[in-house]
Amino acid sequence: MNTLLRRFLPWAPLAAAACWVAATVAPEGSAGPYDLAGLGRVPVLADGRVKPLDTVARTGLLLLQGRQRLEAGSGEIPPMGWLLDVFYRPEIADTYSCFRIDNADLLTVFGLAPADGTGGVRFSYDQMRSGLPELDRQARLAGEADAAERSVFQRAVIALENRISLYDRLKYGLEPPGEGRLLTLIATQPERARIAFGAMDTQSPIRVIPPGPGEPSEQWRTAGRGFLEATAAGAPDPALMAYARIGAAWRELSPAKFNAAVDGLAAGLALRAPGPVARAGWEAVFNRAAPFYTSLVLYVAAFILGAVSWLRWREQLGRTALHLMALAFVLATVGIAARMWLEGRPPVTNLYSSALFIGWGAAGLCLILERIHRNAIASVAGSLIGFATLVIAHNLSLSGDTMEMMRAVLDSNFWLATHVVAVTTGYAATFLAGFLATIYILRGALTRSLDSASAESLGRMVYGVACFALFFSFIGTVLGGIWADQSWGRFWGWDPKENGALLIVIWNAVILHARWGGLVRTRGLMGMAVFGNVVTAWSWFGVNMLGVGLHSYGFTDAAFRGLIAFVATQAVVIAVSAIPAARWRSPLSGTR
Amino acid sequence: MARNAALRQFLAAASSLRLTVALLVLSMFLIFAATLDQVHIGVWGVQGKYFHSFFIWTKAPIGNFNLPIFPGGYLLGAVLIVNLVAAHFSRFKLSASKAGIWIIHLGLILLLVGEGISGMMQRDAQMRIDVGATATYAESTRHVELAVIDATARDHDDVVSIPDSLLSGLGTVQDPRLPFTVRVLSYFPNATIRVRGLGPMEGPNPATTGAGTGLALMPLPPTRKDDEADAPACYVELRGADGPLGAWLVSTRLVEAQELSFQGRRWLLSLRPARDYLPFSITLLKFTHDVYPGTEIPKNFASRVRLRGGAGRDDREVRIFMNNPLRYGGRAFYQAGCDNNDRTTILQVVSNPGWQLPYLCCAMIALGLAVQFGRHLFRFLRGPRANPGAPAP
Repeated sequence: MNTLLRRFLPWAPLAAAACWVAATVAPEGSAGPYDLAGLGRVPVLADGRVKPLDTVARTGLLLLQGRQRLEAGSGEIPPMGWLLDVFYRPEIADTYSCFRIDNADLLTVFGLAPADGTGGVRFSYDQMRSGLPELDRQARLAGEADAAERSVFQRAVIALENRISLYDRLKYGLEPPGEGRLLTLIATQPERARIAFGAMDTQSPIRVIPPGPGEPSEQWRTAGRGFLEATAAGAPDPALMAYARIGAAWRELSPAKFNAAVDGLAAGLALRAPGPVARAGWEAVFNRAAPFYTSLVLYVAAFILGAVSWLRWREQLGRTALHLMALAFVLATVGIAARMWLEGRPPVTNLYSSALFIGWGAAGLCLILERIHRNAIASVAGSLIGFATLVIAHNLSLSGDTMEMMRAVLDSNFWLATHVVAVTTGYAATFLAGFLATIYILRGALTRSLDSASAESLGRMVYGVACFALFFSFIGTVLGGIWADQSWGRFWGWDPKENGALLIVIWNAVILHARWGGLVRTRGLMGMAVFGNVVTAWSWFGVNMLGVGLHSYGFTDAAFRGLIAFVATQAVVIAVSAIPAARWRSPLSGTR
Repeated sequence: MARNAALRQFLAAASSLRLTVALLVLSMFLIFAATLDQVHIGVWGVQGKYFHSFFIWTKAPIGNFNLPIFPGGYLLGAVLIVNLVAAHFSRFKLSASKAGIWIIHLGLILLLVGEGISGMMQRDAQMRIDVGATATYAESTRHVELAVIDATARDHDDVVSIPDSLLSGLGTVQDPRLPFTVRVLSYFPNATIRVRGLGPMEGPNPATTGAGTGLALMPLPPTRKDDEADAPACYVELRGADGPLGAWLVSTRLVEAQELSFQGRRWLLSLRPARDYLPFSITLLKFTHDVYPGTEIPKNFASRVRLRGGAGRDDREVRIFMNNPLRYGGRAFYQAGCDNNDRTTILQVVSNPGWQLPYLCCAMIALGLAVQFGRHLFRFLRGPRANPGAPAP
């Protein structure tokens, strides 16, 4: 019994974590009388791709208010419930505080104060209604200024205007807003109905009718288009009829009718568009499971356990930290693979997915390092980077659907798979070297816990990872040059993003040459590796903030503050590394 | 003997790793400063000022002259090449264990040389072709020329073109094909024009004949934006054997060429984007511009063109689209954009004799790095005990 316990006990935390992970994937029990999950799986075409309504609801809420959770007087409203209200009961949706406004000047446009909002920052459409004409005017004024020269207020105006426009357009998704009963309208005022359907066709951001037999796979139709074609040809599309029944049941508060109508819609679509239905269903599962969130929690646990293991219970906690990091890594792998399958793309397609991939790559490298060195150092570094990159990814996801379509010049799976993956691997490795070095410096200078064996293994790890980083950042950078030569006609254009990548290559080369030339020893190597974090953060985010160059894809003011704060922390670590070795708390010999 | 010692000393300094590290760090400063400055002077300005130069110049605090304050891209690249070559002559032996490093550094030298060649010899131009139209020349986006055209003959024009490098130098141009000299009175890299008499401070009009007599010219600072082009303008005086014929205002903003008669021949004057006449022609058959459904996000641009050249031996259809250029006649044609409601395609035309070098270098360096770090990795994976404390390759 005792031996059995001793054999299996080390695995118990892993088993518990695995059970928790499994629970996140399992379908929710009774979330309410309405089959919102069933409707959430239904595919529509939006932003150029087929996605489930669940994604439309979640990204819609994220865009409007920066989170998926929505609170109303009666309690919490699930994303699909919110979307249904926008579609079918807009007068109620207008009362939800689902617009986040942080800018105090912007509130004065509506005559509001922070105290009027839920939590001081969330406001409803009804609250803003009287100020919307003024917002339009301000947006026109701001639109006349160059994007790069807009003030904070002007940027906030345009962002809010875009969010309100998305919200307004969503109301045209399935029924013409403000027209009352559809069938009555069609029967009694056909001309008015035609105008309303035309407006739906031009306004709706989603297309709900799948392509007919023999039509191209992206030829989905809006509900408005469907009604217009129906008034010409007779009966409306069966999907539209099903949506109309869903709307009626939702308004009547009749779960039984609602669920029957959802079943009918799903069954009909499954026959007409089996591929998109299956794919959208999986995406809804992916949304619900939120593997990256689970992974983030596991990284935090692994980080804490690993760090504590340097002080107490080295063996047991170190092993558990490794197990949890491995589980988090597996989850992140599954998440990234699922995104790749859903998108039909290589892993990195935008800033969001680059954050996922950097964390994944660094954690993967750490698993290898930890297998060799077994001192929880790589576990701590890997889970720290995994955690940080997932937080960054979460913040990037607030700008909308993270599986956006690729612009023409980027639409090349070959180059996305080679250049982008290699460059991002280079970022991951450079960050990893920097974080390992941070552990060396902070543990060595501020604690007594860095023994010489750990110090030596850290020296090897940082050196090896820097070599790895140089290799991948170089390969990635030149592959980018070759792609640029293929698409723009120049191998190298001194574009800011190219310059950023080149800085990483050169800095890694500087680190290695300084080491080979004996200009620095271990302590100097560590300080230089930490500066690699600054260089990489600059290349990853800083150059996007310049607003010039072919590679720029957007930034936020919060990201700029984050970058400055990060650079400041790295400067502190580098300053600590400059403290003479004799004054470090851990006694290390032979460092310069 | 002394000469030998001096040489050895020089070699030691030139080949040192300290110099390598210093050069790399200096180049990082250069690249970082250039990235920041791009917001002010644009990507082309940065290339000229920081990378395709030997020094970065700045205005002296007193007096009217410029001071070099930092080494430019050409200088750093050249010294880096010297450093690499010297290191291989003095420190490295040609041995199997150093093969990776030899390949990496040779590739690096070629890469630097290739960038030097590109910087000096690459020419960029654009072609704008309407659907159904045929083009036989590409136009520069950054350089202009003053075309002096003898349009007397009905079936052809004789063109003398004066490049902007001569125009901005305010010189006098004599050409055996011209019966008059062209003297540049003033040159403006970017300027707008408007009808005279509508604004203040116009001053006397340098133009005495042609369209410029009714126009005023307002100099503008050169544009910093990559999606805008400067509109240069200048006043030129033509002078025949018997005296001046008058002074003209020429500008790329004047669409029509200005006409004059001299000694019974008909001449046209036009400041226009510098032309690169092609020994072949390109006809745009069809242009397609796809977007993702329900969005404005472009999915693809494609031009189906007919290529005719090679003295009649080439006559074929080609599809040019994103990431798929046409390479022909020493030039590469890229799908750059479209205009005119998708009725006009814009092709980027690039000629660069060194364009293949980066491909070769990259293959070499990647191979060298793989060989070198592969050896490290092998040792590294064998565990902490193997080969302790010997980081140098």
